[in-house]
Amino acid sequence: MKKLLILSGKGGTGKTTLASAFIRLSSARRYADCDVDSPNLHLVLSQDMEPVIQDFYGLDKAWINPDLCTNCGLCREHCRFDAIRSDPIHRVDPYGCEGCSVCQIVCPASAITMMPAAAGVLMRYENHHLFSTARLNMGSGNSGKLVTEVKKQLGNDLDDTELAIIDGSPGIGCPVIASISGVDLVLVVAEPTVSGISDMERILETAKIFRTPTAVCVNKYDVNQANTEKIEGHCRSRKIPYLGRIPYDPKAVMATNQGKTIVDLPCPSGQETERVFYKLLKLIFQGKAG
Amino acid sequence: MKVAVLSGKGGTGKTMVSVNLASVSGCAAYVDCDVEEPNGHLFFRPTNQEEESIMVRSPKVNDDLCSGCRKCVEFCRFNALAYVGGKLLIFDDLCHSCGGCLLVCPEKALTEVEKPMGKVQVGSSAGVEVLTGILNLGEASGIPIIHRLLKKGQNLEDQGREIFVDCPPGTACIVMESIQDADYCLLVAEPSVFGAHNLAMVHELVTLLQKPCGVVLNKEMGEENPSRDYCLEKNLPILGEIPFDNRLGSLNSMGTIAARVQDNYRQWFDSLLETIRKEVGHEKITHPQR
Amino acid sequence: MIVMIPVVNDNASTQVAANFGRASYFMLRDTATGAMEFVKNSAADSPGGAGIKAAQIVVDHSPGALLVPQCGQNAADVIRGAGIPMYQTQGFDLDKNLEALIRGELEVLTEIHSGFHDHGAVK
Repeated sequence: MKKLLILSGKGGTGKTTLASAFIRLSSARRYADCDVDSPNLHLVLSQDMEPVIQDFYGLDKAWINPDLCTNCGLCREHCRFDAIRSDPIHRVDPYGCEGCSVCQIVCPASAITMMPAAAGVLMRYENHHLFSTARLNMGSGNSGKLVTEVKKQLGNDLDDTELAIIDGSPGIGCPVIASISGVDLVLVVAEPTVSGISDMERILETAKIFRTPTAVCVNKYDVNQANTEKIEGHCRSRKIPYLGRIPYDPKAVMATNQGKTIVDLPCPSGQETERVFYKLLKLIFQGKAG
Repeated sequence: MKVAVLSGKGGTGKTMVSVNLASVSGCAAYVDCDVEEPNGHLFFRPTNQEEESIMVRSPKVNDDLCSGCRKCVEFCRFNALAYVGGKLLIFDDLCHSCGGCLLVCPEKALTEVEKPMGKVQVGSSAGVEVLTGILNLGEASGIPIIHRLLKKGQNLEDQGREIFVDCPPGTACIVMESIQDADYCLLVAEPSVFGAHNLAMVHELVTLLQKPCGVVLNKEMGEENPSRDYCLEKNLPILGEIPFDNRLGSLNSMGTIAARVQDNYRQWFDSLLETIRKEVGHEKITHPQR
Repeated sequence: MIVMIPVVNDNASTQVAANFGRASYFMLRDTATGAMEFVKNSAADSPGGAGIKAAQIVVDHSPGALLVPQCGQNAADVIRGAGIPMYQTQGFDLDKNLEALIRGELEVLTEIHSGFHDHGAVK
């Protein structure tokens, strides 16, 4: 099964809008939302069943047993993360606790235990297709591992003629890096703004390190034609396949607000997206751009 | 007054709003807490920059004292230590600086040294003090930088400046840290189901921390707006609406501060700031203990 | 020689795992006799630093070589610290890779990537 990952570097470039359109066009039987901090794909591609839900555990967090605690305060003294309150009894602030367990080893009364802490939920929608997604709890970290779980949930049982589409997360950090592993192509959705270009560069560098083939398309290109051309130039000079440009389209927001993808109704962004999509297919299955 | 500007997701206009508010204030400091991808400085282009390295404590081993007992390797929950080839290897980029390995070592073979993990730059741009936090690539956590940024921000507030904190996107730990001392949280939302979904998440976060908040609806298109519906449903005050505006988008894409180049934008942000000041003043009267 | 290789399942028909640090198991294989043993990779559950912990597990088993699709910098430091040679797998077929290794067709892993860095509680 070929895996396509859609990334952007910057948030708000239209990653999820385009990913949902590709999923619709390809009738992909496997797709995933790896933006575990704020998953949005399910809002456009509504599912007609309840998901199978599994708790996801991050690092254990400290818990002070009030019956054993002598209020000596040693834990608070040693906690470097300001995560132990003492008003009026000593207790751990789960949002501040980093799970280092220093408090556990300094406690003279053995009053502290490290407890499994649910950091989020993994979700799987399975019908004739499989949609894998997850949601990280507020105030958590651990995104990289959860992303890996979301991808794992997709499985690998379909053959080489099938396409799995993964909506990635913004940024360039751990969750993005975790999502790149093992994919066949990364499509970078770029935005023609100073911030967008800066973040696009960093994503391309990251993908290069993992020797993953990349391609670029520009979304909302007419916001700044000069910047769009700059991006096109970069792609040419680095020999990165450039798959096209999609105009800003108010109909796109309308469509997603109605729970539709931009290829479910006639609109300029949908039409251009379809063109980009066919070039994408050629690139993934035939290794040829254009 | 300290105002934190947040959004559940990147690309909603958080930086645009915080940069423009700081620009019209008359006596402000702009604090960029998005340490992985700071963008505010692209707009301000601050001069007279001073830079300060942010250090964290990092363990160091004295090989002569190390007996290879591996107690530290077993203790470290972040897998930052390995014992190989008769030597202890320390992986700084995984270390959370909890100090625990020093405590468990029976031979006192471990000490701590300071190591740079990021920087804070302070400069000015037409009367606005611009504070930028930058996390070094590959580092575990930006939180020590946030602490330093907010401390400097506090000093500037004591000197009479209004502080505008540009927060990282999402609802993870680092966002919580960024809004710790805020008097008011301004939530920026887009008119789409994605926007409303992310607004709900970030609203939940600020409510958890008991922060008074209000919303700015950005890229408003005069049609159905799920984010507005959310605000009405939850009695969340809408402090202003920025209509979708090609010109504004274009200025933004070039890194231009709209309020500095066009009167109508200046007036709009002026008026938004007045509204925020009133809300904060009102809060101080009704909830003086917060 | 005993070689170690990250794999997906703990049976003979398993494939090479795509990810070193979070592979479900490691296979220990005697290239002379074909005998095999499986070790559960306890590093797979770590929220962060999985590569390092996995590398420590490999080092503690002292194989003559490690076969991997790719490897992060931190894990590579651990493996190299123990003097264990690393070879780059080609594709995910286990038997093909072992045969290639015996014929001397697998290349030594040279390009080390900067790591997945999926840290612990705070990003």
